[in-house]
Amino acid sequence: MRVASDLIASRLLGAFAGTAALLLALVLGFLMREAAPVLSAGHVWHFLTDDGWYPLEQRLGLLPMVWASLAVLLGALLLAVPLGLATAVYETFLAAPAVASVLRLGMGLLAGIPSVVYGLWGLTMLVPLIAGWQAPGTSLLAAVLVLALMIVPTVAITGAAALARVPLPWLQGASALGLSRRTLVMGVALPAARGGIVAGIVLAAARALGETMAVLMVAGNVVQTPGSVFDPVRVLTANIALEMAYATGDHRAALFASGLALALLVLALTAMAHLAQWGAGHAP
Amino acid sequence: MRLEPPMRNRADRLFGATVGAAAALLMLVLAWVLWDVVRQGLPMWSWAYLLDEPGNAGRSGGIAPILVATLAILGVALAVALPLSLGTAVWLAEFMSGRAMPVRLALHALAGVPSIVFGLFGSAFFSAFLGLGFSILSGGLTLACMMLPLLISTAEAGLSALPDEWRRGGAALGMSRASLVLQVLLPAAAPAVVAGAVLAVGRATAETAALIFTSGYVDRMPGSWLDSGRSLAVHVYDLSMNVAGGDRAAYAAAAVLVVLILIINLSAASVGQRWALRRLTLA
Amino acid sequence: MHNRINRRQLLFAALGTGASTLSSPAWSAERLTLTGSSTVAPLALEIAKRFERLHPGVRVDVQSGGSSRGIADARSGAAQIGMVSRALNPDERDLTASTIAMDGISLIVHRSNPITTLSDDQVKAIYTGQIKNWREVGGSDRTISVVNKAEGRSTLELFLAHYQLKNSDIRAQVVIGDNQQGIKTVAANPGGIGYVSIGTAEFEASHGAPIRLLDMAGVPAAVAEVRKGRFPLSRPLNLVVRGEPSPLAKGFVAFARSTAVHDLVEAQFFVTLAPN
Repeated sequence: MRVASDLIASRLLGAFAGTAALLLALVLGFLMREAAPVLSAGHVWHFLTDDGWYPLEQRLGLLPMVWASLAVLLGALLLAVPLGLATAVYETFLAAPAVASVLRLGMGLLAGIPSVVYGLWGLTMLVPLIAGWQAPGTSLLAAVLVLALMIVPTVAITGAAALARVPLPWLQGASALGLSRRTLVMGVALPAARGGIVAGIVLAAARALGETMAVLMVAGNVVQTPGSVFDPVRVLTANIALEMAYATGDHRAALFASGLALALLVLALTAMAHLAQWGAGHAP
Repeated sequence: MRLEPPMRNRADRLFGATVGAAAALLMLVLAWVLWDVVRQGLPMWSWAYLLDEPGNAGRSGGIAPILVATLAILGVALAVALPLSLGTAVWLAEFMSGRAMPVRLALHALAGVPSIVFGLFGSAFFSAFLGLGFSILSGGLTLACMMLPLLISTAEAGLSALPDEWRRGGAALGMSRASLVLQVLLPAAAPAVVAGAVLAVGRATAETAALIFTSGYVDRMPGSWLDSGRSLAVHVYDLSMNVAGGDRAAYAAAAVLVVLILIINLSAASVGQRWALRRLTLA
Repeated sequence: MHNRINRRQLLFAALGTGASTLSSPAWSAERLTLTGSSTVAPLALEIAKRFERLHPGVRVDVQSGGSSRGIADARSGAAQIGMVSRALNPDERDLTASTIAMDGISLIVHRSNPITTLSDDQVKAIYTGQIKNWREVGGSDRTISVVNKAEGRSTLELFLAHYQLKNSDIRAQVVIGDNQQGIKTVAANPGGIGYVSIGTAEFEASHGAPIRLLDMAGVPAAVAEVRKGRFPLSRPLNLVVRGEPSPLAKGFVAFARSTAVHDLVEAQFFVTLAPN
């Protein structure tokens, strides 16, 4: 790095990175500071064992909502990952270029529709359908369906980007070996793109855990551990949105703590994904 | 990358059909949602709609001030987030490669923080502490914070996926690090960067909770960056959730938002395309 | 009337101070901020716009954030006026409330439900989960889906007070946040029952939403009845200030209570107070 421009560049980059790091550290610090009053061992015990969430009566049992958030996440991923990856594969390897562009545009559109609109659509279209099956309609199932729709673009777009990164020589080699398209995709491209795909799934999971508005409108918001997909549930984010406006003291701190819990969940997911890829070798 | 390896047998065709069906299903649902929005919102559209101020709590009139505020907020967010994220991504991938894991973890964790928390942070830091109050600047900066984790993650993933040989090749040719990054690496990572940008902008334009607390509720035409301004998503939210009889207007605004996203995505795609074409091929 | 973007008006506002001092009182260069209830916010916004038009150079900014924020900001001075969608509590006596409108609360059910009225006891039994099927109160054989408001909302407090219940007594199948969500949720579910603002419900019902308002204690749920004072369940929409408000704030509150904005109040489906 002997050239003057490099020196300037690295200083500039360092400054940018430093600013970004500072901002994000501030966000994290804010979260921790607001949650601090309830981060003692005693309080965490309450979160895990209190019976029910009635903050005005000092009952702060968070577990049912944690299960709800996890259940919604799992359901959404179960739907979105296969669909998103399939779309990414189709767009990259099977579709005619024109169709692929339309698909990309479509995914981008799906990603940009506001959560309120998804919530409204879910409430006016999905919930009555589900209610016809089993009351009340606003349920875990509704939340899973709407959320899956919302995170599918993340999986598809990052997946397609990861697939596009697979070195052309690898694909050409496979083709030269006479492999069929299916084998090429399943045996060469997908494994090679595994790193990027998993990263995309983690981002989608993060998005799912952090989504508030749409889930608030269709999930029912009753604090209970879900027993069936038709049960109304309240996820942690919806809880924050519903109660933050009037919460004070420990209650407010507890809400921030649940936000922190969500961040930690994503951290855990990332770590797990990383471990699962150990030994993946040089993967794009 | 148009390889055409053969579709040999039943298994292959089944594979193709399944994958195609999945893509088709998604596009169908997209069409369903869009159809719902457009059907209910289109009746309110007209040129006047785009140029007038809102009246009657938004149920009549237009959305001109709201469009302007939305673009201003997005502009601030992108102007801050893009350089910061690209710079950080390059720094992480080129100067910190191998040691980037803890940073990646932190970024992913932040991507999982609910947007309402970002809104409260923005309100406490930008609006209160820095004294920006309810303003476009405050909203844009908050959105930038929200976009950073996603942008940095995707860009960094794109950059670190590039073969090391390129960097060695560039050094062997006597290229400066800066020109290597600018002319070879970044253009090659363009698809990833654009993907991240599309997702981040989508998330930002759709954002409501964060903006209610920072750029606010006022639907007047903003006169300065320090003025409060209502974004399209906030407008849609208010009309559908708080204002009686506001559904039609909510859908009309939502339809405009979708068109906006379309335009932004198309531009991002073409910018990415041109960028990628500029690259010097080393492989 | 809808204003086109008038560049000159923009410049004027941006420059701020007044060539208009001749036509408006001494507070023409001031700025007023209101925060608080998202129920009151749309109404306050329209009143603010009319006020601005009558007093060029004045700026009135309306933000939301909830009734609690309105109280907190009025106390701290972050806002000159707070918007609160309920009466003040005993521990909020340091603030002065000025009511600008009334909002009735009525029970609603799905239109396909034949029930037209419920006694107080029946409502209590339904909301505490003792009655689970519409059949038990004379309706069709369908599970009741109880829709309740989230904790902290003033509508909930009003409901609990009227029926003498505690929130932990209630067994709800759906919990909602904002006003419109209640209507949309009941409209989506034939077995649903919820409570919402009367004006909004009347409007939506007359525009095709599949809901029906229930009579309460023999009085039909209608804005007209709330105006006559005959409807048992209603809440005031208040503007609150702390101590002695500035002349601008005082002027705004007076304007908001005057007959000059009655059409705006009614356009939001609230009930105006008797003219003074």
